[in-house]
Amino acid sequence: MIAFVFFLAAAAALAGALGVVLARNPVHSALFLVMTLISVAVLFLLQDAELLAAVQVIVYASAIVVLFLFVIMLLGVDREESTEDPIPYQRPATFALGLILLAELVFLSGHVWATGQHTARGVPVTGGGFGNNVERIARVLFTDFLWTFEITAVLLVIAVVGAVVLARRSGQRHDADDEVLA
Amino acid sequence: MTFATYTITDTYYLVLAAMLFTIGAVGVLTRRNVLVMFMCVELMLNAVNLTFVAFAHTLNDVAGQVIVFFTLVVAAAEVAVGLAIIVVIFRRRRHATADDLAALKG
Repeated sequence: MIAFVFFLAAAAALAGALGVVLARNPVHSALFLVMTLISVAVLFLLQDAELLAAVQVIVYASAIVVLFLFVIMLLGVDREESTEDPIPYQRPATFALGLILLAELVFLSGHVWATGQHTARGVPVTGGGFGNNVERIARVLFTDFLWTFEITAVLLVIAVVGAVVLARRSGQRHDADDEVLA
Repeated sequence: MTFATYTITDTYYLVLAAMLFTIGAVGVLTRRNVLVMFMCVELMLNAVNLTFVAFAHTLNDVAGQVIVFFTLVVAAAEVAVGLAIIVVIFRRRRHATADDLAALKG
């Protein structure tokens, strides 16, 4: 049963990923992205990451993709993407490099580096009487990773302020904007 | 071995993540639409998240799942700023392809 769910979710994730890359229309790309994200959420569930599966659906598949769709609608979707490349051998080179990258990653996945013995000393994912998944994550997030957690708050503030500043400048008239830059 | 008793090891997850990452990387390099390139970056981030969760499961340490939260925050920040930059470029150039990003050069 687990194997069936895994292969189903994996196939959906790969199909969605290929759809993102191959779809002509950016809206279709965004919807294929949702397919991949939800499939990955299912894979999270299979690996005892219940909270992350929920967050994946709520934050990624809803908030971030809605942001993408919003910008697509704002910019217009009927624009054709030019297919000629400034560098003529770009596409074959990309596929060659992609194959090499995949071979490397697959090699590493089966290597002792990934599958050999490791020691972990933190809060375990299952067992050990640490409560449910949310309690375990909270315990680690607010003790070992507290400093990182605070830094992410700063990062988010920087991102919000940056986005607001960028959007505000472009909201003014274009010629006035050009004068400032000139 | 029947399908019902087939066991999924962590290597399966790692190989799947490798495939997703490669598709994302190829997409970033081949597509010209900046929005689709951004989506491909999200694909790559998701592949890494999947690897983190797979290792958290294998090593039985929940820290791998906590790292995914930080990846999520970075992804959200990246999307917010990146989309704002795309909108600004679009308003000035009427296009938003990778070639228009050359305008960012000083």
